[in-house]
Amino acid sequence: MSDIPQREAYGRALAAYGEVNPRVVVLDADTSSSTLTHFFGSKYPDRFYNVGIAEPCLVDFGVGLSLGGFVPFVNAFAAFLSLRAVEQVRTCVAYAETNVKLVGHYAGVSDYKDGPTHNCVVDLAVMRSLPNMTVIVPSDNNQIVQWIPVIAEYEGPVYFRMSRDKSLAVHALDEKPVIGKAVTLREGGDVALIANGAMLGRTLLAADRLAQQGIHARVVEMHTLKPLDVDAICEAAAATGAVVTAEEHTIIGGLGGAVAEVLAEQCPVPMQRVGIQDRFPVTCKDAELLMDFMGLKVDDIVKAAVKVIRRK
Amino acid sequence: MSYLRESRILELEEIARHLRVESIKMIYTRGSGHPGGALSAAEIIAVLFFEKMNLDPKNPKWEDRDRFFLSKGHASAVLYAAMAKRGFFSEEDLTRWGELDCHLQGHPDRVKTPGIEMSAGPLGHGLAVGAGNAMAARKSGKKYRTYVLLGDGESQAGIVWEGANVAAKFHLGNLTAILDYNDVQLDGAVHDIMPLEPLADKWRAFNWHVIEINGHNIRQICEALDTAEEIHNQPTMIIAHTTKGKGVSYMENDAKWHGAVPKPDQYEQALADLNRGGK
Repeated sequence: MSDIPQREAYGRALAAYGEVNPRVVVLDADTSSSTLTHFFGSKYPDRFYNVGIAEPCLVDFGVGLSLGGFVPFVNAFAAFLSLRAVEQVRTCVAYAETNVKLVGHYAGVSDYKDGPTHNCVVDLAVMRSLPNMTVIVPSDNNQIVQWIPVIAEYEGPVYFRMSRDKSLAVHALDEKPVIGKAVTLREGGDVALIANGAMLGRTLLAADRLAQQGIHARVVEMHTLKPLDVDAICEAAAATGAVVTAEEHTIIGGLGGAVAEVLAEQCPVPMQRVGIQDRFPVTCKDAELLMDFMGLKVDDIVKAAVKVIRRK
Repeated sequence: MSYLRESRILELEEIARHLRVESIKMIYTRGSGHPGGALSAAEIIAVLFFEKMNLDPKNPKWEDRDRFFLSKGHASAVLYAAMAKRGFFSEEDLTRWGELDCHLQGHPDRVKTPGIEMSAGPLGHGLAVGAGNAMAARKSGKKYRTYVLLGDGESQAGIVWEGANVAAKFHLGNLTAILDYNDVQLDGAVHDIMPLEPLADKWRAFNWHVIEINGHNIRQICEALDTAEEIHNQPTMIIAHTTKGKGVSYMENDAKWHGAVPKPDQYEQALADLNRGGK
């Protein structure tokens, strides 16, 4: 599964899950050839709705289907779902507590070709601020496959973040994620590296490099940004005394922001945030190269770890 | 389709008058609310809740009930008054509207109030949500109908026309929208702020079946809703021409009363005006 992009893993898994759960319907806003929901659409044309380039209507139409007992997976580019349609998401999904699954595609800087307007490095901050919203950032293809039934069977609003591209494989196919339960992937007492999404694989590589320097890093996957696993953060802080977060998102309001809030109030230790430093991305010819350019290199995580350990 | 007896029309007119009185009392007691658009919608709400829709107030989640979406959520007073009279909750609750521990919110809330199908407030959501709900009914093989009441001011919002597109694309004949066309919005006349005309032509161009009526005429409302049920291959838009603030002399057609609260003497006059309209 690691040799295909996240969106393809999602598109194929969603089409397969359609057979298991007849209540699932899929909506898209003229991006099904990009989000790859067309796999579901061609298999179940009578359960697939393309509303055209109208993300606010996409969300509201999905809300209506949920009120009638269906489980809508509402697909659009993260940039437009979380910004153009945010009022619909706030009022008709989060506030109204409707059972809608919002899937934000091409998130982070993974839409490297289309540039800053189509990149989305603020969606998690937006979604995390909404009461009642569950926010999930899957790290690899195997986990995406496992998440689909979990979020479909969970009753309530979910935001699920999808990359356009490949991410480093981390999980075995049978590892079932639990909403709100962080995963400790590696034990270590010198520093805690907390990451999610496409940055998780890079963080594990950073832990390897740190080990070569004699630094033992604990690696925690915070796939659920909300509800946040506060206990896992405090345990990691207590065990290591220093925390680094790594995310494909602005350092404001996403994983770094969320962890900083917990540390400051409950278990203060030195912390560094690896992420996008409050600026817009640029256009690029390669996703990995753009991640590097935006300050998301493996070496950026290593440097942050070394720096935060010095601050203990 | 059934012919409405004259005595039944008089009953529904009396219900509409009652809903107006209750709306004014609620807004006065609470010290806030939106009288103009509540009064303009009274006959439409009366016909839907007391003549047309299949509802079971004791079982508000009954799966075969007709669905009503108030897109112009600021007209909550007249909706709450109708729902209380219909038995969804106590009429005493109306006097507690807006209190911290009262389920009745400023704008309708589906989580807190039994029988409210969808939370509303920000304008423009009702049509697209209603379209989704109508599609769910079709997919489930359910016979219930979906009704959406829109305001004219909110028809300035792009999301309304996105919803119009989607309902027409999917030929949602089980969806009926009613436009409370009182031609007044918060800042002034709709035709000044942002004109909508030619509105019937616009809806026809969006592939909707369009019926134009006097929105204060009970028989016309009933007949339009009946006709909508006979249109199977497209959604129906009933453009109901109404008067903002209808029934209270000093409120009629005055934008000031979109969201203002009457003072004590104005309150007495409003009740007197509305009582003169009764039997």
